[in-house]
Amino acid sequence: MSPEFGFKISKSAQIDLDKADESLYRSICKAEPSLATCIFCGTCAATCTAGQFTAFSFRRLSVELRRGMIKEVKEEISKCMLCGKCTLVCPRNVNTRHILYHLKKHFDGNEL
Amino acid sequence: MNFDPFVLPFFLGLLVMGVILIWKYIVWMETIPVADRRVMFRNMFTVRTFKAIKEAVMEGLFHRRIFKINPLLGYMHASLATAWFLLIVMGSIESKFGQKDVFNMPWDPIFFNFFEPNKHGIEYEKFFVFTMDFLLMILMISVTFAVIKRFYSRLFGMKKTTKLMIADQFALYSLWAIFPARLLAESLNAAHYGNGGYMTQPIGNFFSSFMSMNQIINAEYTMWWVYSIVLAAFFVAMPFSRYMHILTEIFLIAFRNLGMKPADNLQGYTRFEINSCSRCGICIDKCQLSSAAGISNVQPAYFIQSIRYNLHFEDRAYNCLMCGRCNTYCPVKIDVTNMRNITRKMANEAVSFRYDYLPEIKKDELAEVTNVVYFAGCMSHLTPSIPLAMKAIFNEAGITYDFVDEDGSMCCGRPLKQSGLTDAAAELREKLSELIRSRNSMILVTSCPICYKTFKEDYNLKMHVVHHTELIKILIESKRLKPRKEDLSIVYHDPCELGRGCGEYDNARYVLKQVGNIVSIDQEKEKGLCCGGSISNLKVPVGKRELMAVDAVKQLSAGNPDVIVTACPLCKKTMAKHADGKMKDIAEVVAEALATEKQAETQEEEVLFLSVK
Repeated sequence: MSPEFGFKISKSAQIDLDKADESLYRSICKAEPSLATCIFCGTCAATCTAGQFTAFSFRRLSVELRRGMIKEVKEEISKCMLCGKCTLVCPRNVNTRHILYHLKKHFDGNEL
Repeated sequence: MNFDPFVLPFFLGLLVMGVILIWKYIVWMETIPVADRRVMFRNMFTVRTFKAIKEAVMEGLFHRRIFKINPLLGYMHASLATAWFLLIVMGSIESKFGQKDVFNMPWDPIFFNFFEPNKHGIEYEKFFVFTMDFLLMILMISVTFAVIKRFYSRLFGMKKTTKLMIADQFALYSLWAIFPARLLAESLNAAHYGNGGYMTQPIGNFFSSFMSMNQIINAEYTMWWVYSIVLAAFFVAMPFSRYMHILTEIFLIAFRNLGMKPADNLQGYTRFEINSCSRCGICIDKCQLSSAAGISNVQPAYFIQSIRYNLHFEDRAYNCLMCGRCNTYCPVKIDVTNMRNITRKMANEAVSFRYDYLPEIKKDELAEVTNVVYFAGCMSHLTPSIPLAMKAIFNEAGITYDFVDEDGSMCCGRPLKQSGLTDAAAELREKLSELIRSRNSMILVTSCPICYKTFKEDYNLKMHVVHHTELIKILIESKRLKPRKEDLSIVYHDPCELGRGCGEYDNARYVLKQVGNIVSIDQEKEKGLCCGGSISNLKVPVGKRELMAVDAVKQLSAGNPDVIVTACPLCKKTMAKHADGKMKDIAEVVAEALATEKQAETQEEEVLFLSVK
């Protein structure tokens, strides 16, 4: 039997917003307040250079950060090329590169 | 030997300054790499030494570069430096003549009139008396200017002056006090002995009109003490204040002329640069972050200050768009951009990225041999009219091209490099150079000056890299393109990476002359404006950058040109929304000129055809 055959049970994607860990989101917001204005429109995802090669976009990071999915953020963040297209197209003027840079520094053990 | 207790503050101050300076210079010179030292020694016995001496005189004394920025400001600095230098030289000569002793004590020239009031036996005595008075007068005028400048800097063409730290203030006020103290001491001395020059004598006479001889003698003695103490205060503060630049600048000029390059750490040459900054504040006005966006505490004067005293410089290192305008205006020619790169790198030593998701490059699917490889760059994909125009140009010129990133590609790595993430940048560079080298061509054309600079400097492509301005210029020169020249007034905006970054100013101007008339503006070439979009910046918020873009567009469209042309997709992207549709890339302008030429030709043909018919 080929391995593609059959059904698999997807993991629950349910998120309990009451239990979400917002600490990182908060501290990033302090360093770069424009993060709070993100509306998850996905313009950044549409233009992302790294996003052409792999599942990566600022929108996804922003959502995950907001929901406290820090592990996922940590895994994805090092794919960014910091090219800055997302900053240029953002309709809400979110300073995306600054946020990405801060996140990256945080995960590499620097204090925010 | 002439001696009086009041020489002690002066002498001790001089001694302390001398010891600190020698110690500092020896420590810094130790950190200069051996390779640089060799280059310097090799160049020492060439004409470069004379160039260094010339520059030291022109800049250290006459401050020619400040004159170019503002004549009054230049005069203030030049007169203070030159007259003080001459005062020291002439005073030494006078005292050595007067005492008939070449090896007199260091305080003899300073307090000469106290020790030898009648100047017995000096030939040319009148000459010395006149010269010393004249130099003192020049110095008094420059100090007056300096005081006025502190309070009304606008008179000297400076909207903002540097906010001084305590060591600077201490040194500054003692510097201001030195020359009035000397004038008073000399005048009272003149009153005492009934002599003096054209300035000290009348002032002395004025004092003797209401003071008794005893009072004058007491006052004179006090003033010599005051003079000695303010000199000592200045000397002691000097190595810890901005006045460190006076001597360090001479070293820097020598190093630069002898062929030394900025270091990639904060040691050696760069350490001398840091200490050569006089915090004159010329960079503050010239930085559009200050003039247009109101951020006035991150400019080189403050940034270098925070490196020098090891304060928190990370914030100031990042709060900059790295356009390099400050380097153009710096009277000491300090490479601030390099310094920012160094400090940004220092802040990121532990940060790493991972790009293993990038697809493998298939070498077996080689394209045919083409004339050029075209890499538009990330930013050009945000302004699709530029690659479109380039395609039209390639087709018109009959050039076969391989558009590497037609469907997008990776980033060139310069944004990462300029954010201080050099390892990640190197990883991207490796991947991208593999991709570019896999194509069969030897010329790489790019539309983005950011990519262009890094392709040229950091990649080892073994290809000829050109920006599209250069390509278009070559095509027009070789008559493969014949754009139609129209009556179009054009203002050209020099992108920072292409202009100051790569020194390319003339290619674009040559091309634009073939399609219209260039209107020259003040802020061009090395003085080119910052568009406010730069990817070298992480920190400056979008709102502030918009202000800079608006300001840049305002300055560019001051003469109401028909079109503002630039050669960078990022400049275009940032400024276009404020420019009423006047903003165009050079490729677009050329493509349009080609299209009108073609249209005209077909019309002519039609007319010809009809007339034959």
